[in-house]
Amino acid sequence: MPQIAQLTADNWYLASQLFWLLVVFAGIYVVIGRGMLPKIEATVDARDRKVADDLAAAKAAHAAADALEESYRQQTEASRAAAQKAVADAKGKAARDAEKRLAKVDVELGEKLSLAEADIAAARKSAMAEIESVAVEAASDLVAKLSGAKVAAADAKAAVKAVLHG
Amino acid sequence: MAAESGKIDPMHQFEVTPLGGGFNLGGHEILFTNSALWMVVAAIALGIFMWGGMRRQLIPGRWQAAVEGFTGFISSMMMANIGTEGRKYTPYVFSLFMFILFCNLLGMLPLGVLGLHPFTVTSHIAITGVLALISFAIVLVVGFWRHGLHFFSLFVPHGTPLPMIPIIAPIEFVSFMVRPFSLGLRLFVAMTAGHVLLKVLSGFVINGFNAETLWLGSIVSVLSFTLMIGISALELLVAGIQAYVFALLTSLYINDAVNLH
Repeated sequence: MPQIAQLTADNWYLASQLFWLLVVFAGIYVVIGRGMLPKIEATVDARDRKVADDLAAAKAAHAAADALEESYRQQTEASRAAAQKAVADAKGKAARDAEKRLAKVDVELGEKLSLAEADIAAARKSAMAEIESVAVEAASDLVAKLSGAKVAAADAKAAVKAVLHG
Repeated sequence: MAAESGKIDPMHQFEVTPLGGGFNLGGHEILFTNSALWMVVAAIALGIFMWGGMRRQLIPGRWQAAVEGFTGFISSMMMANIGTEGRKYTPYVFSLFMFILFCNLLGMLPLGVLGLHPFTVTSHIAITGVLALISFAIVLVVGFWRHGLHFFSLFVPHGTPLPMIPIIAPIEFVSFMVRPFSLGLRLFVAMTAGHVLLKVLSGFVINGFNAETLWLGSIVSVLSFTLMIGISALELLVAGIQAYVFALLTSLYINDAVNLH
């Protein structure tokens, strides 16, 4: 087994093995381990940092957009509330105006109504008075025609009053 | 191969052969071997792979995403096991993980089809042992440097009753000292066993078709080949898992040294 044989004292290639191993491995360590590896790791680190920064920037932009949206929302709500208030005010004012006008019209109508009622009452009174005198005449005529007796106007009037007014 | 059927040596793939370029270093002759060649190939392949991930674009392409997947895998593992201080050790653990992974995977390449001999660097205990010792040395250095002699309290787990300490401490000490061996041995054994198994099965395939009773040999060959396909897939998984286990245990051991208890 050549691997074990080289560990014995008088073997020609053990020294060569160790020498070349140390030379090659030292070369790999210096050139690749110390030279290339840190650069590659730096690239990876730079990329990781860039990704982290970009993510942070995106997060910040997201937060800013959220804040902007919130302020827009608040503005919209405020203006909507203002508009609703204005509408409510206008409605109230219109309702009050209408009420006022209605009240005025009501009063006028009431006055007209009471005037008309007074007129009617007067007309009725005069009509009743007329009916009475007509009835008195008619009653005295009827009595005169039926019995030929003349009735005194005052008697006829009393009789008619008694019938009319119960 | 047909003539020498039955003489297919499954251990031949682990032989180290010199390819030249020898020089003397402290009384030892250093040769450029096939093992060194495959280490260099792994290093170059790893370099090319990593270079493709260096475009540093904000939106990664496929290649860059693959490289960043590997780096992110190791750094998140270090972060999970050690914490923010783990970043200091990420270059070492990443180099370790990628080197072992590439060596494991390159050793699995079917280059034998092209007449080449792939060599699995991590199937040598000398290699994995040294890597484990480097990890162990880092643990010791970091532990004593950060905690001084207080680092020895690692051998007394938190909440141990006083009478138990004389028993627990030696056990913990032994388990601590065994770490580099188990770490190196695990990778070496997994790689060696898998490759030996594949070689033995491929020997069955070749010998089966060369058998004198061809119908019986063919059945053996076809069955072995089917098994090889499954085991190759398993070995690809093992290549990744063993590299991961090595890196994971290293990070856990470093965590012991960094965050004592």
